[in-house]
Amino acid sequence: MNKKIDIKKHIFVPKHQKLSEKEKEDLLRKYNITTSELPKILKSDPMALSAAAKTGDVIKIIRNSPTSGKSVFYRVVVNG
Amino acid sequence: MEDLLKKYEEKLPSAIIDEIRENMPKKISEAKAREILERIESEYENMKAEPGESVGIVSAESIGEPGTQMTLNTFHFAGVAEMNITTGLPRIIEILDGRKQITTPMMEIYLKKPYSQGKDIKKIAMYIKETKLSDIASEITLNIAESRIEVSINEEKAKELGITEAKLIQALKISNKTLSVDIKKGTYIFKAKSKDENANQIYKSKDKIKESYIRGIRGIKQILPVKKEGEFMIITAGSNLKKILSLPFVDETRTTTNDIFEIEDALGIEASRQALINEVYKVIDTQGLNVDIRHLMLVADTMCFNGKLKGITRYGVVKEKASVLARASFETPIKHLISASITGELDPLNSVVENVMLNQPVPVGTGLPKLVTVKDAGKK
Repeated sequence: MNKKIDIKKHIFVPKHQKLSEKEKEDLLRKYNITTSELPKILKSDPMALSAAAKTGDVIKIIRNSPTSGKSVFYRVVVNG
Repeated sequence: MEDLLKKYEEKLPSAIIDEIRENMPKKISEAKAREILERIESEYENMKAEPGESVGIVSAESIGEPGTQMTLNTFHFAGVAEMNITTGLPRIIEILDGRKQITTPMMEIYLKKPYSQGKDIKKIAMYIKETKLSDIASEITLNIAESRIEVSINEEKAKELGITEAKLIQALKISNKTLSVDIKKGTYIFKAKSKDENANQIYKSKDKIKESYIRGIRGIKQILPVKKEGEFMIITAGSNLKKILSLPFVDETRTTTNDIFEIEDALGIEASRQALINEVYKVIDTQGLNVDIRHLMLVADTMCFNGKLKGITRYGVVKEKASVLARASFETPIKHLISASITGELDPLNSVVENVMLNQPVPVGTGLPKLVTVKDAGKK
């Protein structure tokens, strides 16, 4: 009685998007930061796994926010 | 009109854009519309938190003040049938401390069609609930003379749950590996496998036998099917999100638990951030208090910053602080100072608390910008 679940469809899970190398560099330049200053997401995180992210990748998260409609957040993938 | 709005998509959040789209008069000249949008933009820029604003302290005060009013009705139980749910201040403390073991884990299980219309709802509920041996046993006796435990089963109950003899004995064998199980005239006899076990050990295993897992989802202690807004759903005491989500009749898009660590495990850090905000807001809302959700978002973001949920304790987010003095000012100062001096830790004095301690300007608000001069600017 088991089925494969698609956690991306859950109401709590916002959209996760892996950034390409170029997009990542643009982001870091725009905010004048290094990846170590970004919030983190573990490599073992279910959503990081489903995005097939490697350590050092940046994941763009588009949240549904009750105050601003959509809000964009970034997390860098770290080991763990 | 749409072209005009498109230009502002970068500058304004989408919620405001939607509001403009809804409320803008249909017949309006472009010049006027442009003026309105400009006014909205300048108003929006004015309302933004300024750089250097101490948002953390504002949040702490905004959550803390209603918190003092909550302490009056500390253990408030919102009863649904026989279920008690921790709410009020204890619940908020529990969430923000990031406790792994919460006092009343609870799930809201939504079902897929046609089960949400009430099809087989009783069967599903029975299937989900964790059944232990003590639930279907009518008598458990200890026979010391022959050093064995005899269990007689309440046949009616077992039949109602659909547990057959063969299934039961298989389940019992799996959950009691050190004991042998036999049936004799309807009573189940447990005996130690190794000969040298004495009566004392048999006595000890009695409690273990009682708790033998037979069927269902582990951790689901109680079930309560209810009808809510025209559809059937199941509220449970006890929680096991991963297992429940993988059941075929469960709607995996809406089913939730109040254990944010389970959500982190099953759905990831972003989902647990959302759950955390929802849980805290639910408590504040049911108490009739008013806290802006942005404060809770800030707290939730801080707790989820490192990719793992961290409570606001000395083992959680405070431990992550770079400054020794800041950590020491929270809890157990001597421990922090000693370990810092042993390892020769440096404190760059970059943050607020340590500068308050040293009577220096704090990097907050007007203390944040620094004057930069070019060394040889005046020279010719």
